[in-house]
Amino acid sequence: MNKQFSAGLKAGVSIAIGYFPVALTFGLLAKTAGLSIVEAIAMSLFVYAGASQYIALSLITAGVAPFVIVMNTFVVNIRHFLMTASLNEKMQPERKWVKALYSFGITDESFSVISTHKDGRISTAFAMGVIIIAYGSWVVFTGVGHVIGANLPLFLKAAMSIALYAMFIGLLVPSMKGNRKVVILAGLAAAIHCVLYFTGLLSTGWSILVATLVSSVVVEFIYVRSGKTVESSLAKEVNE
Amino acid sequence: MGPTYWWMLFGMALVTYIPRMVPLTFLDGKELPPIVAGVLRNIPYAVLGALIFPAVLFVQEGNILFGVIGAGVAFLIALLGGGVMPVVLGTIGVLAVYSLFM
Repeated sequence: MNKQFSAGLKAGVSIAIGYFPVALTFGLLAKTAGLSIVEAIAMSLFVYAGASQYIALSLITAGVAPFVIVMNTFVVNIRHFLMTASLNEKMQPERKWVKALYSFGITDESFSVISTHKDGRISTAFAMGVIIIAYGSWVVFTGVGHVIGANLPLFLKAAMSIALYAMFIGLLVPSMKGNRKVVILAGLAAAIHCVLYFTGLLSTGWSILVATLVSSVVVEFIYVRSGKTVESSLAKEVNE
Repeated sequence: MGPTYWWMLFGMALVTYIPRMVPLTFLDGKELPPIVAGVLRNIPYAVLGALIFPAVLFVQEGNILFGVIGAGVAFLIALLGGGVMPVVLGTIGVLAVYSLFM
């Protein structure tokens, strides 16, 4: 239990580092948008969703109606539905209230770290570890950003803006090695998202949702004919 | 901001929490058809692809090269067998040097 929890904390450090500049910038922008430090921290504490918090700030500044901001938040975050449904397949059985509790901490980043963890059934303790350190970083650095955000050296802030994407790449590449299915899954989803993004057909939130779903379904149907799953092709490589 | 802000925050929190909570809490223990389970197992890899591209190209406004270098360095370190932390810190390091001299 404790070992799993500390493994989770350790795995979550890269998220905490990645959130640092993003949360700091959020805190700073919240201040310029006229939010008090309590209001800024409260948004990170209760909503805890980076992209939609940024969007909310720009909509608040633009004087958009609160109801529209809430609807926008829903659209941006509906992709988590897919992630938690996927994660449910991998998590150890657990009491409902515990799952309802840690589901609050599922973000793009924590989902990626938890779901690519390769120890069979993923323990609740591991997920909690990842979530607590990531959430802590997000909330604390929102507050810090509201107070001092402007004073971080520009070159460092610029460099750290890559952190989350570097982490995504660091999670994806090891699974891609020698596994064509993973390469196709990621490549196809990236391609679909690029098309939707550059044609402006869908907003980012919907676009990620559609790209992920289409890629996962299409690739699954192709592979079902050859009788392979992600795990069985991974296992095959281990055996070879 | 006043009370309207807090009502809005409540709404935002609710519509963010529901898609996170419902599948994890209420799909529990139900056997899914193999094809659905297969699709769900694909999602982590597909979502990573969609999260990385094209957003990584735009991390610095007006300078696609910044994102390209970052993605390239991250990919290289990961390919060489670095864990997630070396990938993150190594990429930040390279881009910090790049930003200092640009």
